[in-house]
Amino acid sequence: MKCLLVDDSRTMRNIQKKVLCALPGVEFSEAGDGVEALSVIAATPGGFDLMIVDWNMPNMDGITLVKKVRETDKKTLLIMATTEAEKSRVLDAIRAGVNNYVVKPFTPEGLLEKVSTTLAKAKAAA
Amino acid sequence: MSIATAPAPAIDSKFILPFMNATRDVFQKMAGVATTIGKPYLKTDASATYQVCGIIGFSGQITGSVVVSFSDAAAEKLVEAFAGVHLAVTDPDFADAVGELANMIAGSAKKNLGALANISTPSVVIGKGYTVTTTRNVPCLVIPCGSPFGEFAVEVSVKKTAAV
Repeated sequence: MKCLLVDDSRTMRNIQKKVLCALPGVEFSEAGDGVEALSVIAATPGGFDLMIVDWNMPNMDGITLVKKVRETDKKTLLIMATTEAEKSRVLDAIRAGVNNYVVKPFTPEGLLEKVSTTLAKAKAAA
Repeated sequence: MSIATAPAPAIDSKFILPFMNATRDVFQKMAGVATTIGKPYLKTDASATYQVCGIIGFSGQITGSVVVSFSDAAAEKLVEAFAGVHLAVTDPDFADAVGELANMIAGSAKKNLGALANISTPSVVIGKGYTVTTTRNVPCLVIPCGSPFGEFAVEVSVKKTAAV
């Protein structure tokens, strides 16, 4: 499974990798903002199965990235992992096309559970 | 000639509890560290409380800034607990980790401030002798915090804008 981690904090990406390496067969790519993420996506044959996306990033924020990805890709699973937790923000993200939403701070178990649930739901719907 | 000045505005206490709760929550969930929260006090000078600072700006219906500051010793150990690896103060990833901790404290508090706000990406300052100037006429409240690795502080200087 190819997973793209998009967060301007390398520390956060490393934490997410450490937690999500429990998923079977996962391979990680990384990007520090939405602009870099779009380049990585374009350069990756077949794209990604899963993306974990932060909201507040320089150059291009996560919500803009989600909207751009969804213009041409309805298949890749998108999970927003962010401190933005107001109901209006969550609704904005759902409308933009995310499959799930994780609020920071999260426990390792909490993140893994959200991702596993999203993957299971997608598999069941396929 | 005397010039009348407006009295300093009072600190809105309902802004403080979200930051206290966010601090405990962030360190417990992301670093597995239990923190203690001391009695907040009004900051009376602009010099940094400690040498390692993560600074987050607020805009929108809430404006101002929040500074999370650590002593060198506490910072290294708290960053290690958060990041899962030892990072020297001089390592670029150390500043990144401090910034992310400040980002999560500010972001986590934000949803309980009773108004919609945006937060900036973090700035990190490491060193001695610098000052962080806060918004004019907005008091800065220092929330002193303790951890098994040493002390740190969350300095809150925010207000609701007149439009709210």
